[in-house]
Formats: sequence, structure tokens, C-alpha cells
Amino acid sequence: MTLRDLEPLRDAELTAVTARGVLAQRLMAMGFLPGARVRIVQVAPFGDPITVELDGWRISIRLSEAACLDVKESA
Amino acid sequence: MTTTTLTLTVAVAGNPNTGKSTLFNGLTGAGQQVGNYPGITVQRKTGRCRFGEREATVVDLPGTYSLAAASPDEEVVLDALTGHIEGTPKPDVVICVVDATNLRRNLFLVSQIAEVGVPLVVALNMTDEAEAMGIRIDARRLSERLGVPCVATVAARGLGLDELKAAVATALDSPGKFPPVAWPAAVLSAARTLGGNGESLRLLFDVDSPLVAARGMGASQSQAHEALRAAGLDPLSIEASTRYAHIDRLIDGISTKAGPKRGYRADAVLTHRVWGLLIFAALMFVVFSSIYWIAQPAMDGIEALFKWLASAAGAKLASKPMLQSLVSNGIIGGVGSVIIFLPQILILFFFVAVLEDSGYMARAAFLMDKVFAWTGLNGKCFVPMLSSFACAVPAILATRTIDDPKARISTILVSPLMSCSARLPVYVLMIGAFVEPNYGALAAGAALFGMHVLGLAVAIPIAFVINRFLLKSKPLPFLLEMPPYRRPRAKGVFLRMWRSGWEFTARAGTVIFAFSIVIWALMYFPRPPEVRERVTAELAARGVTEEKAVEREVDSAYLNQSLLGRMGKGAQPVFAPCGFDWKITIAVLAAFPAREVLVSTLGILYASDEEDETALRAKLAAASWPDGKPVYTPAVAAAIMIFFAFCLQCMSTITVIAKEAGWKWAGFAFVYMTALAWVGAVAAYQIGSRL
Repeated sequence: MTLRDLEPLRDAELTAVTARGVLAQRLMAMGFLPGARVRIVQVAPFGDPITVELDGWRISIRLSEAACLDVKESA
Repeated sequence: MTTTTLTLTVAVAGNPNTGKSTLFNGLTGAGQQVGNYPGITVQRKTGRCRFGEREATVVDLPGTYSLAAASPDEEVVLDALTGHIEGTPKPDVVICVVDATNLRRNLFLVSQIAEVGVPLVVALNMTDEAEAMGIRIDARRLSERLGVPCVATVAARGLGLDELKAAVATALDSPGKFPPVAWPAAVLSAARTLGGNGESLRLLFDVDSPLVAARGMGASQSQAHEALRAAGLDPLSIEASTRYAHIDRLIDGISTKAGPKRGYRADAVLTHRVWGLLIFAALMFVVFSSIYWIAQPAMDGIEALFKWLASAAGAKLASKPMLQSLVSNGIIGGVGSVIIFLPQILILFFFVAVLEDSGYMARAAFLMDKVFAWTGLNGKCFVPMLSSFACAVPAILATRTIDDPKARISTILVSPLMSCSARLPVYVLMIGAFVEPNYGALAAGAALFGMHVLGLAVAIPIAFVINRFLLKSKPLPFLLEMPPYRRPRAKGVFLRMWRSGWEFTARAGTVIFAFSIVIWALMYFPRPPEVRERVTAELAARGVTEEKAVEREVDSAYLNQSLLGRMGKGAQPVFAPCGFDWKITIAVLAAFPAREVLVSTLGILYASDEEDETALRAKLAAASWPDGKPVYTPAVAAAIMIFFAFCLQCMSTITVIAKEAGWKWAGFAFVYMTALAWVGAVAAYQIGSRL
């Protein structure tokens, strides 16, 4: 499943970055790397974008970008 | 930009939201110089600071997460660090500002900068916030691990700056060495094929990078990527995974474990789908009403002051009419037309600074992003767009908060379509003269509201078209850090206001002033004395001798045959399909300095008392073509309003666009808006007169 499909406030682990080009490079530079722990903490009023907690800090990304991040929900 | 060339340069680099600019302000004080990097719309801030015995130019580089040059900001950082920017020498020391609460991510950029081959000093900033979260970092141990001086600072309170300066002074003499990343052999050999210098890792890793294009390295990069793949490495992810593994080893055990992150609690309310939007709407109402209404008394005061100055100077120069007009109308009027913008600029930048420094601006962008995303704009475009309903000039200056260059240019290009306060006098005159008497107060209100909706309704699709078909570069991903909420510092806010006001006056003010003088000359010359004699004689023959009335008729006659008047008469056929006669055409041309000038120019042309708008309304209503038909029908009034809704008759906006985005875009904006205005006015007149 991708980060886009993750329920808000559920802990998950990033398993793969499927984005290409500049988007992939930026996401990884900011720490979206396999093994990172992520959690959706906010969904914007119109459903998009979402705010993701990563490594204790928060970043807002669009759903189309979240769809490029594969995650595995933590048990 | 620097007045004296200092031999030493110290650059300040770091991630956004690390207090980098606060630290820069703390080092340099208020004596900063602000401009743009050559040929690019990235702000360049420099100042001076003493480091030990030596004085250096300090450059505040844009905040970035990485050196991968995908945006103009990142390109500037990389070019500045490698000494590729004219007038900005390669820095002797780089101060890397890192957020102590987020050391790992911040060191990503630091380790990239180290590879460029410039001496580093790390400012471990916001240690107070970190301590409040239970993170304690021993700066001395960190210095040992990183091989470069690390100084704990709290820039917002000026703590640690002296130690930082001392560390920079030391690093100038004996730079440390940041432990190099243990790149796989394949990476190092691939980097050697790309020059083997400070840039070569960037040339290897950065995809779609303008740097690669600028160095003509596209083909070499593809070959190097092939080599990486052959060695079993993914060119896209190898940098981040190796670098972060390196950083994790460097900082292993360096800090106590973080407690819960603070400063996010307000998000539960401020980004809530009901409360968040309500609070957002309320805040935006406060911002907008402040620039729209609260600025008004200050603007009225400035206007009154300059009117008084003009008449005082005029009285002194009464014996030399040309000099009198040049000084009163040209020079004093020209300076006044620059100063008049300061109240709105200062008020808007007060709010921009508070919203950004508090962290709320990121939330506003988060809330509004969806509304804009389909046009190619993003949530950050909201505040400038809203502000442009008051005035496009401060709004365009505020587009600096938009970091995506594509979104920024399109916001700049459509902002002047929003119905600003300068259009109001035009609408009020036309609606008051032709809508209200014929259709009633309700229709007048609806017409005024409609004119305001019209700009927005046209701007959004135009933004879409501009983004889709005109701006070829790829859009940047929308990745927006949500910084913790922080209390804005008065010093930072006031510095920002001061800088934006000063920058506008210095950079745009001179051009606006020059425009004013040119327009004054076009409206003043030629001025043969026979015109005055003829008009006075004609009026005397009709028994009119009252001095004021005679002066009004003389002014009207002079404007008629001035260069601008002749241009208006010559251009009238172009505006005939809009239903404009030559007087309206002259007034349209004369309104180039600012739209509201239409009203005063019509006043002169109809020799109407300038204090009394009802007199002008009556004269307009009575104006007729040679065949006796009235000039001003409701269709013509509508055409005039539509023309002014869309046109870019505002030299200040044009100048600010040119200063922010270049004259090419300013010319484009003028041409497309004028074309739109003409088409709109023709449609309004042709359809309106057939109804």
C-alpha cells in the first residue's frame, strides 16, 4: 500500500520510494528513505494535501506525491 | 551591490525554518543590502560583520534542504558556494545553520556543502527549543565528530553569536575537515569522469538539473549513471541512502533522545476542517481590511502632504509657469506617487513577517493548496492574490514567499487582474453617473460587486493557461515543511518591513519617478501662448471672465493639443469599436501612471471643477457626438469599466513586475492585459449597445 492509502494517525514504515526524477531526489533528501517511520497527522479540509510526521518533524505533501511512497503499516 | 569590496566573504547557509535569517540579522545588524542575483529572481541579502580582526561581507543564502539544483534557490546556493556568481566571490567560510531539534536532516545539506570544498562552521541553532524537548547536544563532542567547529546558538535571543564569530575567525585561518562520506568506489570513479572537482558529485547525482545543462554534461551524466547501474547502484537513491547512513554514524549517541515534539499542538485547531478554515478566513479578513482600510488614512495623509507641498512650491515659482508645473506636477507628484504605496507595503509585510515567523503561513498554504493546485499554482499563492484586491504592488512584492518559480511568475502575472483600490474611483464615477440614475442603488451595488468578481473569474483560468502553455519548466513538487509554531520576534518583523519598504523605494521608486516625469512632459508640451489668448478671448466674448472657470478652460485646451492629447486623438480609431471618443481615449492614455487618473483627466478635459464630482457626472451625461447622440451610454460606461478592470494602466505595477520578474514579463503582462481590456471593452460596447 502507499502512503496515500494509510489511515491518519496509524504508524507505518516506509518500504520504497517509487517516485522518479526530482520528486524522488527531494523526498529522499528530506529523509523519506526505506525504513523511515511515517504517520499522517493531518488531512487538509478539501482532502488534499496531507501532513506527514517523519522523524519527529512535519511536512505537508500532496496525495499525488504520497502515492509514490510505499508503506507497511506497523503492527 | 556592495559599496566597498571586502576581501573576505562569509556565506550563511542552511535549511528553511532554522532561524538562518535571524542569525544573519544578528551578525550584520540593520545595515543590509538587498537586491536580486543577476538575471534571476532570487533575493540576495548581504551585510557586514567583524570576525576577530577582520571584516567580511556576509551573504545570506536562500534556505534549502539540499544542494540538488532543481529550483532557482538551490541553484543560487550551489553557484554561490562554488564561486560561479558574478559579484559574489566563493566564500572563505560557510556558516551552516542547523536546527538542533532536527540534527539528522539538517546535516544532509551540511555534508553536501562540505563536499564542495569550502571551510565550514556549524551554528547549532535553537538549542533552547531542543532542550525544552529534552534534546541535549554537547557542541564540543559534535565538533570532534564533525571535524569542524560547532557553536550552540539561540539566534532569536542573540545567544552564542560572539562564540560563533570567534569560531569563524579561527576557521578562516585553519579550516577543519568534515569527515568525507565513504562513497562506493563506483560513485567516486563516476564522479571523476564528471570533472572530479567540488561540483562533480552534484553533476553525478542531480537529475533534471540546470547545472548539468549549464556545464553541457547531460551525455556524460547518462554515461556515469550507466556505470553506476552496472555496479549495481541506483543513481537516484544512492546519494540519500549513503549520506544518511554516514550521518547516522556521525551523530550516533551524540544527543539525548527527543521527547515529544513541541509547538504543534495548535495544529489540531488551526488546520481543522471547520475551525481551521474559519480562523483562516478571519485572519485573512484582518490582513485584507488592514491593507484596504487601515492604510487609507496614512495614504490620505501622504496625498494631502504632497498636495500641500506642490501648491507651496507652485506659489514660490508662480513667475516661471513651466518650472512651476514641472516641480509641482512632475517632481513632487512623481515622488508622491512612490511614497503613497508605503503604507500598504509596510502593513502587508508586517503581516507576511508575522505569518511566516509564527509558522502560520505554511498552514495557510496547506489549507488552500487544493483550491489552487489545478491551475498550477499552490497554496502559497493565496496571500499575494488576496492582497492584490487592495493593490497589486505590495502583492507582487509578497510573491517572494512563493518558492516555486513557476507558481510565483504566474501569480505575478495574474495579480494585477484583481480589482484593486485604484479602480474604485473609475467604477464609482461610471456607476454613479450611468448605472445608479438609470437602474437604482441595488443595481449599482451589484455592478460594483460584479466588477470585483470579474477580475478573479478571469485571473484563475489565465493562471491555468500561463502555467500550462507558457511556462515550460517542470513544476516543483509541493513539499512544504510545517515548522513548529513560534512566537515572532519584533526585531525580525520590523527589519522585514523596513527592508521591503526601502527596497521598493530604492529599486522601483526611481523608475516610477522617471515615468511620472515623462508623462508630465507629454501632457505639458507643447504650450504655445496663443492657445491661452484664444480661449480667454472666446470666453470673454461669451461673457465668462471668472478666473477659475477661465483657468479650467485653458487647462483643457492645453491638454487637448498636448503631445498626449494628440496621441489620444490619433489613437481614437483604435478605441472606436469600444465606443470611446477622443476625450475618453486621451484619458485612457493619461491614466498610464495610475487608473484613477482617468477621473481627474476627464475632469480637466471637460473643464470641470475638480472638487465636485457631481459636476463632472453631469458634464459626462451631457457630452455628445457631433451628430448629437450622447457619448456616454450605459454600454460605453460598461466598456470603460471593463477596460479598466483588465488593463495594466499602472506604471507602478509594471515597474514592480519588471523588478521582480524582469522587463520581459512586465512587457508581456502589459500586452496581454491591454489586449484583454480592449477585447472586453469592445464586447461590452457592441453587445451592450444592441440590447
